[in-house]
Amino acid sequence: MDSLSLKKKAIQLRKRTWQLIYRHHNGHTGSDLSCTDILVALYYGVLNQTPDTFEDKNSDTYIQSKGHAVEIWYEILADKGYIDQEDLDRRYSTFNSPYIGHPTTDVKGMEFHTGSLGHGLGLGVGVALAAKMDHLKKRTFVLMGDGEQAEGSVWEAAMAASNYSLDNLTAIIDHNDLQITGTTDSVMRSNPLSNKYEAFGWDAIEVNGNNIDALVDVLNKPNNTGKPRVIIANTVKGKGITVAENRADWHHKIPTKEEYQEGLQELDTQLEGLNND
Amino acid sequence: MTKEEKLSANTVIADTLDKATKVDPNLLVVTCDSRGSAGLVNFTNAHPDRTVEMGIAEQNAVTVAAGMAHAGKHPFVFSPAAFLAMRSIEQVKVDVAFNQTNVKLIGISGGNSYTWLGTTYHSLNDVAITRAIPNLEVYQPCDQYQTRALFNYLLTSPRPAYVRIGKRKLDNVYHEDFKFEPGKAKIIRKGKDVCLISVGEMLYFTLQAAEKLAKNGIDAEVVDLASIKPLDAEMLDKLAQEFNQIVTVEEHDLINGIGSAVAVEVAKFGHAKLTILGFPDEPAIQGTQDEVFHYYGLDSAGIEKAVEDLLTH
Repeated sequence: MDSLSLKKKAIQLRKRTWQLIYRHHNGHTGSDLSCTDILVALYYGVLNQTPDTFEDKNSDTYIQSKGHAVEIWYEILADKGYIDQEDLDRRYSTFNSPYIGHPTTDVKGMEFHTGSLGHGLGLGVGVALAAKMDHLKKRTFVLMGDGEQAEGSVWEAAMAASNYSLDNLTAIIDHNDLQITGTTDSVMRSNPLSNKYEAFGWDAIEVNGNNIDALVDVLNKPNNTGKPRVIIANTVKGKGITVAENRADWHHKIPTKEEYQEGLQELDTQLEGLNND
Repeated sequence: MTKEEKLSANTVIADTLDKATKVDPNLLVVTCDSRGSAGLVNFTNAHPDRTVEMGIAEQNAVTVAAGMAHAGKHPFVFSPAAFLAMRSIEQVKVDVAFNQTNVKLIGISGGNSYTWLGTTYHSLNDVAITRAIPNLEVYQPCDQYQTRALFNYLLTSPRPAYVRIGKRKLDNVYHEDFKFEPGKAKIIRKGKDVCLISVGEMLYFTLQAAEKLAKNGIDAEVVDLASIKPLDAEMLDKLAQEFNQIVTVEEHDLINGIGSAVAVEVAKFGHAKLTILGFPDEPAIQGTQDEVFHYYGLDSAGIEKAVEDLLTH
């Protein structure tokens, strides 16, 4: 997919996510919008998997450790044909639905239940270690939040990944500097992240996490370092919708009717801008 | 009760897994700087390619094992029960049980095995917490034969399980031909006056107590509940109707161990009286394992006395 198409795709998916959350009054709006470009880069430019092949031994594995940003993932899985769009729209966050507020293995394309923070990187270490043992081409990608970096289990996993030289493992940190209570620096300072991971024996790369082209490049960059790699993706929480941008209280805020309509208009304007380019 | 050489569960497990490496190319052991206490030094030396050392990081060991299991491996995670079933319990709940990954969690040196190492090393709550987790099977074998049969079952089962074992050599309750059936309790001594239900090391003491009681005219039935989950509710329901007195014996806190599991079944019929023998809800007293069992009335003499008092008062 070319650069322009990727950008349009991201806006369309932001729109669907915004609609899904508004209609069902549930969702982690700011978190979804923050990592939309990362997920678009992964699913449309990086991951070697399809709805038919994602369980194959050599297919890439994606683990979303920041499980709460699940609505954008649902929308991507629907767009890619893993799940049915109409079924998602109708049943999201309803009684006995598989589409709940965190990823579960009941949803095709999601390989693990996540949500409790600090688990995804260790799961990724396990998948990547098994892939090494079996000499597989599989790459493993794990998306974490920056608030999540306060979980001690993240650093147990980081130590193990380095100990086992897992150069087939890429962690991505959605680094928007915000969490539910406020800035990460005011809640529990995890910055600077690159230095910490480098001290743990990782290859660390910083990137603009709302630039899809840059993300695709860095996520596909061959890793010849013999080390696991972390991408510190600098993002804007709530990206794309002004009212939600850079606001901790939009972590799981639901738009009002006015905010919803303004947000839709804003996204439509962005799309028109791209169409005129 | 048989007279063959006594073996610890560790020894039997290491041997069973060693043999299994020949037939299961995906079998792994995961250790947390614990291969010595798990009795796995010979195994790990012989099979470095089957060994994943995770260091002193029990939470990560469980999560990584879940990731490896998802990718087709068959990991057996070994760590002292005190840490595996407590420090790692959320990883057990989410990464292993909810995800239904084929991870076998082996809580070594469980119960009061670590004696003088103190309360931080005791594991008297592991059954309570593990049996409350959906999708997780829970077992506590009593001797070498049951341990071997249990592990042969675990090697072929795709389901997650927690196994609590002790540290010392085990008296033999069964024979070489023992067959393990998950979800089945086993009557190992028929009796009519009282029903004694036990697991693990306590089962042998309970059997000894039953033999002593017989000399005093009390005919005790003894039941092995090694399959704590899945639980043999059918047999427990039968026993609850058949006996007026049921006594459970376990190396575990009185709260939510096998006594509580049995209580739920007994309560359905409002008939049998249930007495739960175990560790009181307090940090265990200091001493050798035998001293401690004796102090809490969990040796054969203590069990015998508790049952005698129950039936004669």
